[in-house]
Amino acid sequence: MLHILMAAVSLGLLWAIITMGVYITYRILSIADLTVEGSIVTGAAIAAVLITRGINPYAAIGFAFVGGMGAGLITGLLHTRLKIPALLSGILTMIALYSINLHIMGRANISLLKVDTAYTVFENMGLNTTTSVIVVGIIFVSCLIGILYWFFGTEIGSAIRATGNNPQMARAQGINTDTTIILGLMISNGLVATGGALIAQSQRFADIQMGIGSIVIGLASVIIGEVLFGKRNFASRLVSLVLGAIVYRIIIAIVLKLGMPANDLKLFTAITVAIALSLPVFSSYLATLKKSMKRNR
Amino acid sequence: MLTVKKVTKIFNPRTVNEKVALHDVSLTLKKGDFVTLIGGNGSGKSTLLNCIAGVYQADQGSIIINGTDVTRLCEYKRAALLGRVFQDPMMGTASDMGIEENLALAMRRGQRRSLRWGITNKEREYYKELLKKLGLGLENRLNDKVGLLSGGQRQALTLLMAIVKKPKLLLLDEHAAALDPRTAKMVMELTDIIIQENNLTTLMVTHNMRDAIKHGNRLVMMYEGQIILDIKYEEKQKLTVEDLLERFESISGEEFTEDRALLSKGD
Ligand SMILES: Nc1ncnc2c1ncn2[C@@H]1O[C@H](COP(=O)(O)OP(=O)(O)O)[C@@H](O)[C@H]1O
Ligand SMILES: [Mg+2]
Repeated sequence: MLHILMAAVSLGLLWAIITMGVYITYRILSIADLTVEGSIVTGAAIAAVLITRGINPYAAIGFAFVGGMGAGLITGLLHTRLKIPALLSGILTMIALYSINLHIMGRANISLLKVDTAYTVFENMGLNTTTSVIVVGIIFVSCLIGILYWFFGTEIGSAIRATGNNPQMARAQGINTDTTIILGLMISNGLVATGGALIAQSQRFADIQMGIGSIVIGLASVIIGEVLFGKRNFASRLVSLVLGAIVYRIIIAIVLKLGMPANDLKLFTAITVAIALSLPVFSSYLATLKKSMKRNR
Repeated sequence: MLTVKKVTKIFNPRTVNEKVALHDVSLTLKKGDFVTLIGGNGSGKSTLLNCIAGVYQADQGSIIINGTDVTRLCEYKRAALLGRVFQDPMMGTASDMGIEENLALAMRRGQRRSLRWGITNKEREYYKELLKKLGLGLENRLNDKVGLLSGGQRQALTLLMAIVKKPKLLLLDEHAAALDPRTAKMVMELTDIIIQENNLTTLMVTHNMRDAIKHGNRLVMMYEGQIILDIKYEEKQKLTVEDLLERFESISGEEFTEDRALLSKGD
């Protein structure tokens, strides 16, 4: 059981990076960005190809980040310059990335069994694989929390937040909202690709299918974080994203352990997210119900 | 300070929904002019302000602000020259961001935004002083989200944001219309003070005749996308609601009825 829990925590830490990316588009920019489903694979593909060619795993993660930013750039340009709705722009990039990712990998999957990964350094220190992943995950996640906290406090970061909150106001204050949207999408998908690169290395393969459902998992983690740990200041929200991603993995581990077939996982996740997203409707419905019951009494 | 030259704006051109919202509109504001812009619902007041601000591009004509031809400039670039307050109190501020963060965003209007911290401690002190002058107690709530403020408080804050960078031109579009009468009065008084203190060139839309007469040194009236009246300085000082109605009727050839337009005599 402890082993299952540790595995869930390690996976949750890596998915926390993707969750941060999803949070930037979904909550900060108010865009549901489906590019994620493709850019996670782009990150995995770039890292896998580079590592099998002998490039340092950490450098490979850097390249994955840049590749993800490129994917975000495409979606951003489609949306802002060509005026295609955000959701559709993301879908177009996602579809295009399927082919591009196949080109990067040259085949549908790449094994990383016989090469050194980002975790090898720690495994060589005597840690087992799961613990190594947890260590690397904690290092990445804490650095990213610090960087994102700083970045969204800067003038440019504030401009991105204002754009997501009220684009008219942002433009009236001299903010080029096209640029801020593109920038937000690039950073988001850069993070998602970084997560993809780390996940591929932890499972020791990159697969063209590994992005399917990732947007829903990201959203689930964002929402679980918000529901369980509140929406206070930005720093605590960043931490809650990580906790949300970990809790999601623990929930999944538990339901699998309880005997749910793995094939039903995506259905389960989709239903969970649908329920979580509709919570405001239910709570307002409950509030009216309570009120009317009081009145009738 | 502002020259609008023969500006025409047509919405949905060459369709059944074609609408000439502005037709050959020309208007010049001298430095320090405070123009109240009045006219019935749909007469093109907001469209004129939006064309000046760059929300819409004029189809014909040119717009010059403080010597800069902005006709082809996009909205965010024109923002450096302008301060704007809208009718909807939600529209002028970012509701999920703090009061001080909103002011800091406004303070950087027209500047290149960098990776410097979004707000400095020195600024905070300055914002406190500015907010204190509003007399709404906002100086003690710098970190509160703007979403927590009332409509009147938000409009007062938006007004402050519009003027922190000393705009060449202040555009107010019925910025007190969505407020209850008492709050509207407070916001209008505040507007007068701020405009006088900073000697701002202002174009203020209102549908309230009494406000249009009471405020400013010039009154411009629009009707069906055109300017039909421009009453200046001394003449404006003597103007009464009855004069205005009479002149409206003689020019438009229509009798002025309350229900036809939102143009109210005010109370
Ligand atoms: N974005 C738009 N698209 C189409 N028609 C518009 C748009 N904005 C304004 N109009 C039309 O242009 C006319 C002038 O509108 P507006 O300038 O908002 O009037 P006012 O502010 O004087 O009430 C109206 O008939 C209005 O329906
Ligand atoms: Mg209007």
